[in-house]
Amino acid sequence: MQLEDYAEVAGRDVIEELRVLAEYVKGRRLQNINSTPVGGGVAEILTRLVPLLRELGVETTWDVIKGDETFFNVTKAFHNALHGVPEEITEEMLECYRQTTEQNLREVPITGDVVFVHDPQPAGLIAARNGAGARWVWRCHIDVSSPQPRVWEFLRPLVERYDAAIFSMPGFAQKLPVPQFMVAPSIDPLSAKNRELEPRQVSAVLEKYHIDPGRPVLTQISRFDRLKDPLGVIAAYRMVKRRHDCQLVLAGGGASDDPEGEQVLREVQEAAAGDPDIHVLLLPPFSDLEINALVRGSTIVLQKSIKEGFGLTVSEALWKKKPVIGGAVGGIRLQVIHGVTGFLVHSPEGAAMRAAQLLADRELRRRMGENGYLHVKQNFLLTRHVKDYMLVMLALEHPGEDIVSLGAPPWS
Amino acid sequence: MAVAAERLQAPGQQAHTEPFLFYTERRLVELTGLRARSLAELAAILRQVPGSSIFYHTHHLFLSHHFEKPVVYNEFALWAGEALQEQVLAEKLAAIDLREFTSIRQLRQAILAVVEQHLGRAGAEQRAAPPGDEFHFCKSKSFVMPTGMVAHDVREFFALLPQVTNISFYFHFLEARLRLERPTNDFSQWLSWRGETALAAAIDALDPYTRTLDELKADLLALGRRHGYG
Repeated sequence: MQLEDYAEVAGRDVIEELRVLAEYVKGRRLQNINSTPVGGGVAEILTRLVPLLRELGVETTWDVIKGDETFFNVTKAFHNALHGVPEEITEEMLECYRQTTEQNLREVPITGDVVFVHDPQPAGLIAARNGAGARWVWRCHIDVSSPQPRVWEFLRPLVERYDAAIFSMPGFAQKLPVPQFMVAPSIDPLSAKNRELEPRQVSAVLEKYHIDPGRPVLTQISRFDRLKDPLGVIAAYRMVKRRHDCQLVLAGGGASDDPEGEQVLREVQEAAAGDPDIHVLLLPPFSDLEINALVRGSTIVLQKSIKEGFGLTVSEALWKKKPVIGGAVGGIRLQVIHGVTGFLVHSPEGAAMRAAQLLADRELRRRMGENGYLHVKQNFLLTRHVKDYMLVMLALEHPGEDIVSLGAPPWS
Repeated sequence: MAVAAERLQAPGQQAHTEPFLFYTERRLVELTGLRARSLAELAAILRQVPGSSIFYHTHHLFLSHHFEKPVVYNEFALWAGEALQEQVLAEKLAAIDLREFTSIRQLRQAILAVVEQHLGRAGAEQRAAPPGDEFHFCKSKSFVMPTGMVAHDVREFFALLPQVTNISFYFHFLEARLRLERPTNDFSQWLSWRGETALAAAIDALDPYTRTLDELKADLLALGRRHGYG
């Protein structure tokens, strides 16, 4: 995918803006380091960001640290603990993290003028920093608004050695002695999960899962996780169903390595048993095109989370002009503008009331859909992410300045 | 905080005898890590937060797309009303007329005075914001650059104005005056240098805080036409 391909969906002016900004950072070497080449949101976004930044003249590279299963179990526990989930973090686990970091320090060459280190797994690589060399940024993609103290106190001395940190929302910011920038996550409008589909592609997927395209469809796309409240969604659907004939789709990825996920899935299947209008779909990996079609075939999308990092599934639905009923938590509140792009709710009853309101009002659905699309176009597309990363690179060159005079672009 | 510390640098400054250079800016949101849960905490942080944060929370909504024209752009007022349910305070904060100030220091004092007065009221209830509704102090780091658009005389200035983007307009009209502590907006300053003092004064008298940027631009063009330009 090339920059030019984005002009049609993001706007010609947005692409021109990127080209202008790129003139100020052209030739800089931007090195990204994370912990996985595929799978997960970070790898997904880097897969798209790296080629676009290269096309703009930023010499962007991407390195991946190595670790064994024990290390990744440790960092998964870190991840949960940073989210505020109770996890026992033992000294043995911290030692495993230190040892794997040592190995990676020997194996990952630092080549960037600017080094973006993504999330906690590779954060220890800051030990490779030497004097006046590269500028280092810790890019935190996860919700650290209320981290468990033990794991945050372990990470904090590492983060404090960086030149800056990036968080996705104001609420995730920490008291740190280094500048902290906000860069919201983004969706790729041209990816399989978001690109336009032919009506027949949508119909084919609905048919495959025995969903009736002639009746309203409420959909929630999410892992089978209690924090996404799938049982609350079923409860809401049952309340709506008393007033409006409708169907419910609960679709999410596999949970084979997550015992709790399997348990939640069983509970959801039990709650849905006996109602042919509830479709619980356990989708295999790489089902992006099907998820795209399921959302496009929906009347209303729900994201009734109880706790949420950012919840990009909301932007993915808004981009497809679907009104979204979302739990009033985390990043959902940045995406669902109450009464404008959807409704924020606090209970299954609230979700049911809003779903019934939307099902009864086609014009409201249309208007919210249009608003949602525009909101995402202006705030949550990949192109904005590219712009923000270039601005962070510039910011690092002007520490302590609130207003930076860039002067005429170098080509003028 | 000393006046000098509140003054920011002055890029995009127009020269006395030169053509008008239209600048634009791009902004990156910087997080301070400071958050307030109650009015007392808000007041404590307001006293120490950088001036650029005060500017951010009273101005950045101008640049956001709005599906409906907002009545209030002052985020301190919005938070007082929505998170603290302190409607009286919210109205008083929203009523602060930003046109009265030519420095962020003055604006900070005005906001603090309203908050402290409310805090000092006998029996003033100390509500806390619900979890997740804390006030997070941010500021923006602005990158100012020339657009390449140059007006050599007043006629050319008004001819170019329709092509000026909202963010460029915002920089010259709102940011230059308060954040860069110039005596008036850049347009009025330059027009007065060109001898158009009445036109400059009329533009200076516009109230930018009750208009959208698109409406303001239309107001400017209308004033230009009234003075024989365009």
